[in-house]
Amino acid sequence: MKLEVMRYLPESDPEPRHQVYEVPYSDTGSVLEALQYIKDELDPTLSFRWSCRMAICGSCGMNINGVPRLACRTFLREYFPGPVRIDALAHFPVERDLVISAADFIAKLESIKPYIIPRVERDVSEGEYLQTPLELEKFNQFTKCINCMLCYAACPQYGIDPAFLGPGVIALAHRYNADSRDGAAEERMGQLHAEEGLWSCTAVGYCSEVCPKDVDPANAVNQNKMASALDYFLRFVKPGDKS
Amino acid sequence: MAHPVKRSNAPVFWLLFGAGGMLAALLGPMLVLITGIAAPLGWVLPPDALSYDNMLAFSRNIPGKLFIFAVVTLFVWHAAHRIYHTLHDLGIRRNRLSMGFCYGISLAATLLAGYALVIIGF
Repeated sequence: MKLEVMRYLPESDPEPRHQVYEVPYSDTGSVLEALQYIKDELDPTLSFRWSCRMAICGSCGMNINGVPRLACRTFLREYFPGPVRIDALAHFPVERDLVISAADFIAKLESIKPYIIPRVERDVSEGEYLQTPLELEKFNQFTKCINCMLCYAACPQYGIDPAFLGPGVIALAHRYNADSRDGAAEERMGQLHAEEGLWSCTAVGYCSEVCPKDVDPANAVNQNKMASALDYFLRFVKPGDKS
Repeated sequence: MAHPVKRSNAPVFWLLFGAGGMLAALLGPMLVLITGIAAPLGWVLPPDALSYDNMLAFSRNIPGKLFIFAVVTLFVWHAAHRIYHTLHDLGIRRNRLSMGFCYGISLAATLLAGYALVIIGF
């Protein structure tokens, strides 16, 4: 089967180009395995990221026939008889071949404090933070995010303006905001209230479609748009709020 | 963190957009059916349902005024918001000019509708 793989070597290529490789076809072969075959048998200069090969690590996101997907859970059989076009994840700066720079995503992720900041600090001796199944359900789907950034490659608004906080980070901000153990929602909402926060989203919804873990970032954005809109007006009547 | 954290004023327009969208979804098809099809063809409704006298009385009645005002202005705010963001998608990026143009039209339509509903009398 033919694979048209995007190549970009910053030392020698002025522009990304595509190189065609012939890889052995099998019903159970994934695109990631095909790339590993190329690297091992045909062309050791090809660069791409991967680690777990089982849709847990979120490393092998790439645009496969134009659709952002994880190479490890995308099978050659879906594209038989080929060819398949493999591009680096859209909307990100390319470092080399299929390797993109995640620096922007990581900086945004850090900015929303993606960890539980307890409402009330407790000592270990006081036991666990208990939670009801209903409280868990409020944020559970958003914990499935593996930071693969497929939703960023899918988001047309991120493509137009990379200042947009983006679907994944907003979904993760919501994951912690909606957690009953967490008390830092107000700190995170500051980022979300901005034009580059929630308000750059135009509800396209493709982010939720491409998510390999069935997280629904579009839903997180919408829930927070309502919360942010209410806060926009209610902040004037809320006691002790300075913004 | 390089992120600006200036609060956006989008909620104002987004809520008007949302209210207009909700009204449009609930009432739009019904209004098209009544004013565009049923009344002119004399279906179901009495022949003078949308006659000048009836409509004048409707627009002089306070709940009637509120209905006309809500339907006209919220539909326009909804449309303005959509056009503003569609322009952005088509390459005219969000800027003060396109924002002023789109929301300016809906603000003008709102003022005009309010003015017309007042001078038509009570």
